[in-house]
Amino acid sequence: MTTTATQVEHTQTQTDARPLLLEVQDLKVEFTIRGGVVKAVDGLTFDIKRGQTMGIIGESGCGKSVTARAILRMIPKPGKITGGRILYYRRPRHPKPGEEDKVEVIDVTKLDPDGEVIRQIRGGEIAMIFQEPMSSLTPVYTAGTHINEAVTLHRLLPIKKLGDQMVERIMEYRRVTKEEARAIAIEMLRRVGIPKPEQRVDSYPHQLSGGQRQRVMIAIALSTEPAMLIADEPTTALDVSIEAQILDLMRDLQRTTNMAIMFITHNLGVIASMADEIVVMYMGKQVERAKVVDLFYNPKHPYTKALLQSVPRLGPKTGQRLASIEGMVPDPLNLPTGCVFHPRCPAFVAGKCDKIVPKWTQVGENHWVRCLLYEE
Amino acid sequence: MSSTTTKNGRIGDILLEVKGLKKYFPIQRGLLRRTVGYVKAVDDVSLYVRSGETLGLVGESGCGKTTASRCIIRLYEPTAGQVFFKTRALSPDGTPKMVNLLELSREEMNRVRQEIAMIFQDPINSLNPRMTVADIIAEPMVIHGKYVKGESEERIIELLRRVGLRPDHLRRYPHEFSGGQRQRIGIARALALNPSLVLCDEPVSALDVSIQAQTLNLLQDLQEEFKLSYIFVAHDLSVVQHISDRVAVMYVGKVVEMAGAEELYNNPMHPYTEALLSAVPKPDPLYKSDRIIMQGDVADPSNPPSGCYFHPRCQYAVDLCKQKAPEFREVKPDHWVACHRAEELKLRGI
Repeated sequence: MTTTATQVEHTQTQTDARPLLLEVQDLKVEFTIRGGVVKAVDGLTFDIKRGQTMGIIGESGCGKSVTARAILRMIPKPGKITGGRILYYRRPRHPKPGEEDKVEVIDVTKLDPDGEVIRQIRGGEIAMIFQEPMSSLTPVYTAGTHINEAVTLHRLLPIKKLGDQMVERIMEYRRVTKEEARAIAIEMLRRVGIPKPEQRVDSYPHQLSGGQRQRVMIAIALSTEPAMLIADEPTTALDVSIEAQILDLMRDLQRTTNMAIMFITHNLGVIASMADEIVVMYMGKQVERAKVVDLFYNPKHPYTKALLQSVPRLGPKTGQRLASIEGMVPDPLNLPTGCVFHPRCPAFVAGKCDKIVPKWTQVGENHWVRCLLYEE
Repeated sequence: MSSTTTKNGRIGDILLEVKGLKKYFPIQRGLLRRTVGYVKAVDDVSLYVRSGETLGLVGESGCGKTTASRCIIRLYEPTAGQVFFKTRALSPDGTPKMVNLLELSREEMNRVRQEIAMIFQDPINSLNPRMTVADIIAEPMVIHGKYVKGESEERIIELLRRVGLRPDHLRRYPHEFSGGQRQRIGIARALALNPSLVLCDEPVSALDVSIQAQTLNLLQDLQEEFKLSYIFVAHDLSVVQHISDRVAVMYVGKVVEMAGAEELYNNPMHPYTEALLSAVPKPDPLYKSDRIIMQGDVADPSNPPSGCYFHPRCQYAVDLCKQKAPEFREVKPDHWVACHRAEELKLRGI
């Protein structure tokens, strides 16, 4: 990581100054099943900069997780990327002298999903934590073994050599030894706040509590020092007190390593405290994208508005009913015509919303929405 | 505490009173299945519900919320305690009387179960995949011998309509419905026998935000219409605040605080309640969080700490808390708390 801590502070206010890490352009993912074609992701466009947290919210089945898996080329069969590009701005992880700032642009969608390049990126440069910590850890391996695997696969240590002018320079790299991997595993467990890491490193998943298992997952993901972390509902299975600990930990680690985070959740409270920018998805389409404050204080799309109003909030009791979104999520094989949200939309205009597919329209600085209300 | 006005202006008498409820699960080891210890899943729970009100039961996973609610209808046989319930089912003329459910015979208990219904967390696993919606809703009536051909079918259609499903859904199977619709089927089944008390075990936590709001609204409407009382078990504090008249907070098998919803959220008197409230993420990006991060994990119910179970994680703990377990007492009218320092601490609400 070449960006220093002071730069991070500075770029918090000016998001655009940060270098690009990932650009998703018009991504389309389809699942061909017996009943037809499900467009799980349909025309998704966003970018993530180094050190930024991008939130993706939406209800189940809206394509959040499929997007995450598309970036790592892990879409389960019969899913396929059918359009668009995912550009990854790769910096050398183990730069040779003079190559520290070299940026290589890789289109992830063109890679062989089993190839060498994606396998270096997956887990090493872009790591992922999954929702269910119990089923994502192998029950027959200890926490330490899990971390060792990631470290030995993806981390190289520099060998310092005396260069021309009697200055030590990094010329070569070597793999991590077993003892070093264990030391790294213990250090990672300590950093994610697991008590007695020297003992816990030899614990099996069933000997850990839910919160500890999720910490182990985070430790695995972060042990390779990734440039980006994809967190797919990382706290959904956890209690609020443990959730608060984990979110604090992620923010802390982001501050120290300048890692980008793609945070997928359906919990509006969690996303409000984590993300810089948010993408709202509905039935595979992105319906709104904005900075977090704009999205919560000035939502444009009727779906975003309804979503924000339908969560009960802590605070003075109003005794009122919750605003709910009428109807239910449509059948993905039989999507409504026009705007996919029109059958449930309170601002529905007959003859327009059910006929015309809305375009992706800019309504403010960094604020985009897909709704006919905002088209000229 | 016999009667008071709830938020909807209803006057309610005590419908259910639980005193000193305990449920210990034995831990058995070895060839002879020797009992080597107990998991104290529910350890001295006392609470009450007035008719027509909602009591929220919150706490982290494993704190015994679900076990406590199942002990109330004796799905688990409690180890100790008393559960008083006002029932009409046991008197021939239908006059209500208070009985201790734990002293009833099997046959008597089955009769009382008509008046206590349950809604489960997982709408997929709580419906039999091989039964149609009509059969699922009719099943409680059949079991209790109340199914009358024709008449009951009309009632099932009426119930379906009431929970927002259509009569043509009757012949369908659970897998044909979405999560929110399945939960509605579960609710219709719970209402089939006109219960007075409904135990809702995390009824909305498996649902999406927009569906969650619909379901909460439905539960409130049904309460209004059928004069139901709810015990609403959940871990989401915002949902519990929204729906509850009173809230009980559980920690490692014990109720640590119980008060009116507004009172509890504004003036918590137990440090655990305070920490729990501050940990809830607020849907507001400008909210400056100064939350109390509780250290460590929830205590192990098979090997709880000495004294107050919360003392290892409590920032206000003193020596007394390590030695003596606090008593669950009424500190203010209708505000119960189990903390040695309840009076002296000034705790932060929301």
